[in-house]
Amino acid sequence: MKPGLFSFFNRVGAWVLLLFLVTPALIAIPVSLTPKRFLSMPQGEYSLRHFEKLFTSEEWLSSFFQSGVIAVSCSALATLLGTLCAIGLWRVSSRYSELVRAFLLLPLIIPQIISAMAFYRLWIPLGLLDSYAGLILAHTILAAPMVLITVSASLATFDPKLEQASKNLGASNWTTMRRVILPSIRPGVFAGALFAFILSWDEIVVTLFISKYSVYTLPRRMWNGIRENTDPTVAAAAVILIAITLIAFAVSAVLSRRNARAQAE
Amino acid sequence: MQALNRHIHPGWLIIAPLMLMVVALYLGPILNILWLSVTDPEPGFSNYAKLTEGDALIRIVWTTVRICIITTLFSVIFGYSIAYAMVHCHQRQKTYMLTLLLVSFWISILVRTFAWLMLLGRKGLVNVTLEDIGLIAEPVAFMRNELGVLIGMVHYMIPYAVLPLLVSMQSIDQRVMDASRNLGASGSQTFWRVYLPMTMPGLVASTLLVFILSLGFYVTPAVLGGGKVLMVAEYISVQLLVTLKWGTAAMLAAIMLIGVLVMLWIMSRFMKLSTVFGGAAR
Repeated sequence: MKPGLFSFFNRVGAWVLLLFLVTPALIAIPVSLTPKRFLSMPQGEYSLRHFEKLFTSEEWLSSFFQSGVIAVSCSALATLLGTLCAIGLWRVSSRYSELVRAFLLLPLIIPQIISAMAFYRLWIPLGLLDSYAGLILAHTILAAPMVLITVSASLATFDPKLEQASKNLGASNWTTMRRVILPSIRPGVFAGALFAFILSWDEIVVTLFISKYSVYTLPRRMWNGIRENTDPTVAAAAVILIAITLIAFAVSAVLSRRNARAQAE
Repeated sequence: MQALNRHIHPGWLIIAPLMLMVVALYLGPILNILWLSVTDPEPGFSNYAKLTEGDALIRIVWTTVRICIITTLFSVIFGYSIAYAMVHCHQRQKTYMLTLLLVSFWISILVRTFAWLMLLGRKGLVNVTLEDIGLIAEPVAFMRNELGVLIGMVHYMIPYAVLPLLVSMQSIDQRVMDASRNLGASGSQTFWRVYLPMTMPGLVASTLLVFILSLGFYVTPAVLGGGKVLMVAEYISVQLLVTLKWGTAAMLAAIMLIGVLVMLWIMSRFMKLSTVFGGAAR
């Protein structure tokens, strides 16, 4: 189709929309630099005091630390369980395994408020409310489907004959898994681990239900700051989160480019 | 062991850990909630009957459905425009567009909600700017009403709307459009009668995906609605965390869950679920 007038206007519109998607978040940058004690746009004067507060306040630092611990543990656990499960489903690949796959993807799509209710309901009798274990387990269940998807995508391009060859050459199941399958699906595993980390790092709805005092993650503290709507430290935290997002994005772009190159070879 | 292997594929052994965990810690309590909706506080359908009794509950459900429909409509139209532009431009421009799309996809929901709070408030940047250039005399209420909720939700949902559409548009054979033009159809005829029907699976998947995600959305409505726009998700959280009434909350959750599952089933007729998410995960 020739790029007509319609196509041209649509492209301009699409760029406007894309900028509409990204730019609003940037307002956190000027607000975080305000010299005042309340949320405001700086007028001529700038100050880094809110960043200083962010990095010296015990509360914010402990939230960064807690979120980090929870996200790393969740990512490790979800990657382990999700990768194993993806390999299992790929090996079985029958009608039942596809049913199980669809079932295991449900935590991704079921509204978070329902997931939050479910975990809250069960965590009360199990005594897991407001504990690291409770948050890590809940986040792992939400994040494992991500790993399942990325690893399955990698497995789809893996040649099953390689596995057969490895076995024919006398390698055990375990050796085949470690030396043949895992290296070829590494990009999918890494991508899954990254997504799982971000999901947990950013999770708020379930966290609001199952944490209270002793575990206070970063999103939880931001949520509080947003509800109170006074302290500019929230803006500084938002800027840091945007920076982390951009870094994570760059890492994943490099990974996926390497993945594409590996597939092209 | 050998006999067992013959009946059960050994692959199930490594599927089992995750599956058991999800069944025990996720499916279990969800079934329990469904059960609660017909047993708490007393057995029977009294919770469901509440929907027909007062009009408070039904109004919340109606607000939720209305906001979700409007959100879905705008997100899918905007998403279609973006996806169309992405498929029909040069590789380099497409890469830039995809980068912007994915960056926005990845920015924390809390950061975005906070940003809207700063932009849309009475003394927010939008109002101040509009007043400075003399377009308005009084600050416009962009927040604490449905308008604010809609802005925040559409902004969040657009990337989700784009991804299934992109998958679907990329699989279309461009030669079909050329053939239509060669046979004498105009550009707009080709679009409405050939292109649009061919993107229908992506359109359905994108519509249902956005609608499902909007239904249970909590953060943005709670903040930008400012207590004035009560949607089901926020109502559930108040019921559980403040008034401790499981029955009503469970009933609303059950209705939402059944609605979501029905829509998922319809969606799976049009597009493989893992394709929808696979696009999102990349």
